[in-house]
Parts: sequence; structure tokens; C-alpha cells
Amino acid sequence: MSTLSSEITAGFDVERVREDFPVLKQTVHGKPLVYLDSAATAQKPSCVVDAIRHFHEVDCANIHRGVHELSQRSTAAYEETRTKTKNFLNSRGENELIFVRGATEAINLVSSSWGRKNVKEGDEIVISAMEHHSNIVPWQMLCEERGAKLRVIPMNDRGELILEEYEKLLNPRTRMVAVTHVSNALGTINPVRRIIEMAHKAGSLTLIDGAQAAPHLQVDVQALDADFYTFSGHKVCGPTGIGILYGKADLLNAMPPYQGGGDMIRTVTFEKTTYADLPYKFEAGTPNIAGGIGLGAALDYMTAIGLDKIAAYEHELLVYGTEKLLQIPGLRLIGTARNKAAVLSFVMEGIHPHDIGTVLDLQGIAVRTGHHCAQPVMDRFNVPATTRASLAFYNTVGEIDALVAGLKKVKEVFS
Amino acid sequence: MIDDLYQETILDHSKRPRNCHAMDDANYEAEGYNPLCGDKLKLFLKMEDDVVRDVSFLGSGCAISTASASLMTESLRGKTRSEALALLEKFHDLLTTDSPVAKDLGKLVVFCGVREYPARVKCATLAWHTLKSALTAESPDPVVSTE
Repeated sequence: MSTLSSEITAGFDVERVREDFPVLKQTVHGKPLVYLDSAATAQKPSCVVDAIRHFHEVDCANIHRGVHELSQRSTAAYEETRTKTKNFLNSRGENELIFVRGATEAINLVSSSWGRKNVKEGDEIVISAMEHHSNIVPWQMLCEERGAKLRVIPMNDRGELILEEYEKLLNPRTRMVAVTHVSNALGTINPVRRIIEMAHKAGSLTLIDGAQAAPHLQVDVQALDADFYTFSGHKVCGPTGIGILYGKADLLNAMPPYQGGGDMIRTVTFEKTTYADLPYKFEAGTPNIAGGIGLGAALDYMTAIGLDKIAAYEHELLVYGTEKLLQIPGLRLIGTARNKAAVLSFVMEGIHPHDIGTVLDLQGIAVRTGHHCAQPVMDRFNVPATTRASLAFYNTVGEIDALVAGLKKVKEVFS
Repeated sequence: MIDDLYQETILDHSKRPRNCHAMDDANYEAEGYNPLCGDKLKLFLKMEDDVVRDVSFLGSGCAISTASASLMTESLRGKTRSEALALLEKFHDLLTTDSPVAKDLGKLVVFCGVREYPARVKCATLAWHTLKSALTAESPDPVVSTE
């Protein structure tokens, strides 16, 4: 190991962390698995798997309705996750946290419920050039329906939003500024606090897509003054199918329900239904109880390690990986923002990302190839697709070395 | 393992694709698109008396899709429309089933490794999907998607 790599491992016991992830201890195509696709989904530590198993084996019951013991236990475990999320995001109260399927549903909830009530013809919604399709399409659908206009904050060649251009987009017709905290395709960490401040000055609300930020940064929705903030459970080492929408209580209270059904009502007659208070107004039907409980275990796990430590360690990995990848002739990094999370998106001259992905896979290395659900980002950089190695706190310097060796093999095959 | 998928012929055709150019006097054209990877391909056919007289393509893609388009153009010349469509079916079976490899596939057998990689089947079939739409579509310039 180089001096640099031992320096990195000295501050963070990654080998101990890796003990918590049974999935990492396997071989793929005869080689040790090198999992570099955490931006797509993070792996799950045993405590998350155990919590879900415990629910199914010991506490399984529907929540909120039963008077029996199991129902009370499952309700308590599920609702505890709301409290854990409150601490995780530093929201004012549990009632500002809505359980959803994931960030995508959260954005759809806001664009449907808030959007239909508040966006009118001629109004404007501002998004950015680096959004995931999930933070483009719902707003596009809303704009089409209401006759509103979608405006896009451009980015520079590093993959950083151009705030001077953003400033020019803001005007009294701006109703919502919806931007990502961290770009999934580029790794850019956006100055969301500043972006929110500027939006508020113009009288607009803000929604921050935190799907890629929550796993890597300490998020404080009050310090950011975000109106809406969302993240997906499966990217913070929790299970799929569960996520969180944070919204300021006054905004959520003023919004109509998103879906109708059980659990979201106070009284129902055939003449009229009155709705439950927050957060239940937005949670129709039996939710993903096991997922919610698993998310609680994941938040405990991430918090115990510490987001600050995670961010610092991942940054070291990013610096190391960037340096190593740039030594490969013909490799171009896509996304070189000065403030960046641990995403290494790149193209190699004359070699298609899908071929890179397959040859890496045959060496046990899992990366993502394609447009990463961010086709406008690919267009901006004039590439059809990229190869993306996304790092998490359970990755090692040795795995980055394996990636570099793997890419050398790719070059051998296709040279 | 890598060699089973990326056989010598595939690498050769991906680096030096044959019949990779536009065709001014084509009487059939179609575009193919793979939304998973953004690959686009344009196919040109010159049909006379229901026989493929000439065929070429334009587009860029991964090694598998480029080699597949290149080898397809080589194997189509002189075939009737129905022979071409029959070959397409055999090629599709080669990629998607465990059935024994058909004997008359010629060089196309080099793609047999792809069946082990379901995520890459669409790369190998893009050119063939495009061929099918060119030969069977009612509109003159259809765009076909692998999705």
C-alpha cells in the first residue's frame, strides 16, 4: 500500500465497517466483489437486515389501528423511524416528515399536491441542468398541465451550476426552485443554502432532492431553510421502497392530500371526508412497514458512524481515485466540480461505456454505465453515456486500485 | 471469460466496421435507438426484386452493437426479404435461448457468448430490430426502439 492509502485507512477503520456488510464478502466471476455502484443503491449492513427480519418474525402486524400487542409494537417501531429521521435531518417535528416510496414519489407528491393548487398559467418552475429525470419529469408534467414554464439553471464545463444565470431566471412568476443537493451523474455538491436564499428572496419556494446527499453529507433542513427536502432509504443503506419527504408544516398543512384511502382520514361518510392531521394526511393505505423499520436501523447505523466521518473518508477516497484515474491515458472525467461527492464519472476514448462495464464486471467490479437517468447531463457534455464508479464509506483504496487495474485490462482488450 | 464474449471477430468488426457509410440510392431506411445506452443506428437497404442488393449502416455504439451491425450487413447481401427475416429469427434465438446453435448462421455464431449477458442482448439486436422495421414497416422511415 502507498503512503497515501495507509494514511486514509489510519483515520477510519474501513475493514471493521466492511464486517457489517455480508454482501461484500463474495466473489463475482471468480474475483472478489468490488462494489462501486452505491449511488444506484447502497449495500445493507446486517443490522438493517436483522431489523426487517425481526419485524417479520416477531412484531409483524399492521400499524396505527390494532389494540393488540403486536400492532402496538410494530406501530412504535415504525413511528420511531420518524423520530430518527427528525434527528437525521434536524427537522422541527415528526409531523413534517412523510413516509413515501422514495425521492421520486416525494417529488411527485409535491408537484401533484402543492403544484396543482399553487401553479397557474404563466407561472415558472426552475430546475437545474444536472437533475435526475425524477426531478425533471414531474415538473414538466405539471407545467404542461397548468400552462406554466420550466426554466433550467445552466452549468459550466466542470459541472457546476452558474449562479449568475440562476439569478437571472428568478422573477415574481417563479413558484418553485427544485434542484438536487448532489448530482448523481457528476457528483457535484450544489451550494443549496445559497440557492434557497436566492429563491426565497424572489418569493419562491424550494425543493431539494437529497437522494445523493443524505448518504454522504450531514443534512440540516432548518439551517438550509429548505421548504421541501427528500431522500430515499435505499441510498442510505436502508431497504428499497421507503423514503422521506420533509416539508415545512405550514406548507404541508395547506396542501390537499396526495392519495385517498385508509389511514389518511379523520372521518368518512358518503357525503364528506375529513382528513387526518400531518403527517398521516399524506400516508394513505398500509405503508411499507418493514421498510420504515429497516430505514430506522439504517439511520441509526449511519449516525453511529457519523456523517462527518463518512464525508471525510469518502473525500479522501475521491481524491485518491481522481488522481489514479487521471493517470490513465485517454480517460476523461465528466464532472470536475470543486465541491464534489465521491462519484467518478468518466469516458474513455474509443471505448463504449457498456463495454467498459462488462469487462469490469468480468473482473468482479460493479460500476454503472449509461445515462444515469440524467440524459440532459449527457447532452451537456456531448457524450451518449458514461461509466460511473460511485464510492461509499465501505469502499477501500485497494478497491480503487482494482478499478484502475480493471480499466487497464479494458484498454488491452479494445486497443 | 472476456474472450468468450469479445471474440476476435467481434473486436475486429467493432474496430473496423464493414459497410459503415450512408447510401444515396437506398430504397429502404430505418433508424434504431437503444434508450438504455443512447445508441443510435441508421440502416440503408437497396432492395431489388425483393432481394437485398446492398446494405449499409451509420451510427456509433458499443463493440457488440457495432460488430453486430457490421456482421449483419455482410450476411444479408443476396438474401430475399423472407430469408433475411428468417435469419433474424435464428439470430434472436442464438442470443435469447439455450437451443443448439443453428448451423447456417455463419460468422454470426461469434455472438453466442452474448446469451450469458442478458443486459447486452439489446446491444447485439439493435441492428436487427432496425432491419426488421425497415423490411416490415408501412411508413418509409420508421424509428424503432429496442424498448
